[in-house]
Amino acid sequence: MAEHETHEFDVVVIGAGGAGLRAAIEAHDQGARTALVCKSLLGKAHTVMAEGGIAAAMANVYADDNWRVHFRDTMRGGKMLNSWRMAQLHAQEAPDRVYELEEWGALFDRTDDGRILQRDFGGHRFARLAHVGDRTGLEMIRTLQHRAVSKGIDVFMECTVMRLLTDGGQIAGAVAYWRESGRLIVFRAKAVVLATGGIGKAWKVTSNSWEYTGDGHALALWAGADLVDMEFVQFHPTGMVWPPSVRGILVTEGVRGDGGALRNAEGRRFMFDYIPEMFRAETAETEEEADRWYDDRQSNRRTPDLLPRDEVARAINTEVKEGRGSPHGGVFLDIASRRPADYVRRRLPSMYHQFKELADVDITREPMEVGPTCHYVMGGIRVDPDTQAATVPGLFAAGEAAGGMHGANRLGGNSLSDLLVFGLRAGRYAAEHAARVPTPPAVDPGLVEATEREALAPFERDVGENPYTVQQELQDCMQELVGIIRTEDELKSALERIAALRERAGRVGVEGHRQYNPGWHLAIDLRSLLTVSECVALAALERRESRGGHTRDDYPKPDPELGKVKVVVRLRDGEPAVAREPLDDLPDDLKQLFEGKPRS
Amino acid sequence: MTSYDVTLRLWRGDSGGGELRDYTVACEDGEVVLDAIHRVQATQAGDLAVRWNCKAGKCGSCSAEVNGRPRLLCMTRLNVFERGEPITVTPLRTFPVVRDLVTDVSFNFEMAKRVPAFAPRPREADGTYRMQQQDIDRVQEFHKCIECFLCQDVCHVIRDHEENKRNFAGPRMFIRYAELEMHPLDTGDRRELVRGQMGLGLCNITKCCTEVCPEHINITDNAIIPLKERVADTRYDPIAWLGSKLRRRGKPPPDGG
Repeated sequence: MAEHETHEFDVVVIGAGGAGLRAAIEAHDQGARTALVCKSLLGKAHTVMAEGGIAAAMANVYADDNWRVHFRDTMRGGKMLNSWRMAQLHAQEAPDRVYELEEWGALFDRTDDGRILQRDFGGHRFARLAHVGDRTGLEMIRTLQHRAVSKGIDVFMECTVMRLLTDGGQIAGAVAYWRESGRLIVFRAKAVVLATGGIGKAWKVTSNSWEYTGDGHALALWAGADLVDMEFVQFHPTGMVWPPSVRGILVTEGVRGDGGALRNAEGRRFMFDYIPEMFRAETAETEEEADRWYDDRQSNRRTPDLLPRDEVARAINTEVKEGRGSPHGGVFLDIASRRPADYVRRRLPSMYHQFKELADVDITREPMEVGPTCHYVMGGIRVDPDTQAATVPGLFAAGEAAGGMHGANRLGGNSLSDLLVFGLRAGRYAAEHAARVPTPPAVDPGLVEATEREALAPFERDVGENPYTVQQELQDCMQELVGIIRTEDELKSALERIAALRERAGRVGVEGHRQYNPGWHLAIDLRSLLTVSECVALAALERRESRGGHTRDDYPKPDPELGKVKVVVRLRDGEPAVAREPLDDLPDDLKQLFEGKPRS
Repeated sequence: MTSYDVTLRLWRGDSGGGELRDYTVACEDGEVVLDAIHRVQATQAGDLAVRWNCKAGKCGSCSAEVNGRPRLLCMTRLNVFERGEPITVTPLRTFPVVRDLVTDVSFNFEMAKRVPAFAPRPREADGTYRMQQQDIDRVQEFHKCIECFLCQDVCHVIRDHEENKRNFAGPRMFIRYAELEMHPLDTGDRRELVRGQMGLGLCNITKCCTEVCPEHINITDNAIIPLKERVADTRYDPIAWLGSKLRRRGKPPPDGG
């Protein structure tokens, strides 16, 4: 076989967003020889786009906050389908992870007495999000990036992993290619952490960047690991809708947290018409009460504009469908008439900038037009809640690529804290696992060669399918048939179309050569995009109920029986297949938190 | 929605050389240069290399030169150009070309490795760090940097003088040194490093970096000149000396030094 550039490490972390960076730092601190491999330049991962904040019950603004309240909010937001243990660890450990960032140089906005300020977000009972204006993700990724660089961790930038290597069912490494040269690179590793983020690029309207092609999900599945909760995809209620060029770009929930209100074309604050039973007791019924709540939490209930994201996204969808939408097919988000201009510019500088430059809209003077955008996948690689170990020995996962933590719907702000809490845990236990493996497992040269052959095949087809066309058709398919509202017929037809696209993806041809060739890279990414799309559609077909980020028009209500199970996807005879498995039982002391009135 | 034709004159080539080539694509109101480039990729040149990620002005990946001016491709609206005139897009000139519009920006990452890490003072007795918002406003301004490296690209110290790259960190890194220097918790002293090996003195404050910053960071006034002043406490730098004569700084450094 051809000689390939080969590197040997104890732990290889794939993905350099918040979770990957935190995992690599921890693995390194545990003494593991650690590599960080990322598809883009360091510091450009999707974490950089996170806006609103990091949810952590530090109780800096409301002394009544504590991990139990945060845990309860997270579970209710996830419609009780979350892995309770992950939700517990997350709520307990998030404050320490935030303070740690501060110790590494992050500068969060401050309270009057000089502590970390926390802001309101949907589904959180108390103002809980540590933030830096509306660019919290940038602060977080830069802080972690500087930390990792100062520790001298080996970083492989613009390096895309195509396949995980296993040896006797155990992780042995990964095969990747350098973007710049197109050459193959082989990693031998005792443990691999997948921190590759999400799958949003399978949809047409998305807040996600090109990298979000579900690589980690697919790599894990192909290596024999289980995926869970893949039917649960979060459509963030507020993406930009106009001009078409920016459709889908995120408008932070912080706009509503800081006083912005949703209105339909008639000027009505329609969210008051969509308060679900589960949240009725703690949601304001009148505009007056909702507006008073921003200043006085004790005697008022929270605004329905800040219901969990799944509720708000569905409400907007209905308003638009019933003809009460804005001119470009969204609804209005108004902060201009509700807060002073300098307050808006100070609290939401990126939003101000983004609308001004890209849409010619001054958000201090006029309302924004917003609508749902594919934002986050709750589903992911099935992991042990404490160690983040996947079902393949030596494989770990953290962040958006891992499943379970958020159940059927993620609360805003819980993603950045998830990255930190479980990034650290994945790094720690991957290092521990590596220390127990005496010699690195063997790499099968045949598999490396087969991966290379498969990757290079598109160059040999002069007149093949255009990879860009295949991707666009997949995005149209997922948008139309596996979107916010789903039905059995549509899901079945989506599966047929995905199968046909998979066949066409096997015939894609690319022009040019291996050096920095985006058409070729997309041809490779199509494999994981198609795999995760199929997993989502299969899981969505299996869950015949509506819950959280999964709404079935043909089964509009939650089904209590399905509330006890998770849908698992794993390969059977080389093809993804679904199975139902019971959720872990909530222990009695935690169960109490959900009985009777909310307890502080 | 009106559609109209846009002609892009794109630099195609690699480290061995290249040329400008014209591509015409249909574009719509509100679109940006990156949209037009993506359409060229999808329909006419599948292997056209361009680096991008977020397409929302937040990640700083898609830096290039549009009609000779350093810009983010995703934040440059097509309607700022004369209709009918071709729009020329070339790679950043200060960095070696990899392919087409993609350059090798590893210089910046190498310089980042040479920055001594943040070194905080101990926490308060209650386990927290207390800082007032007005004491961190300035450093938060520097933390807005998206590392697009447009400031590095436009800085004439390295734009036309490859040899200076060995001993000149550039505006991006000066912001980084300034943010550490002004961080209320940091205890390190990097003044000698930034003066000596990082070449702070080579900057003669022409403010080109400030002009191209898409985050509107006042790189020269708020980072470089104050850094020069601090360094001048130990060494003589004519521009810092002049600066210290011309403007009074309101806030003493947090370490009281």
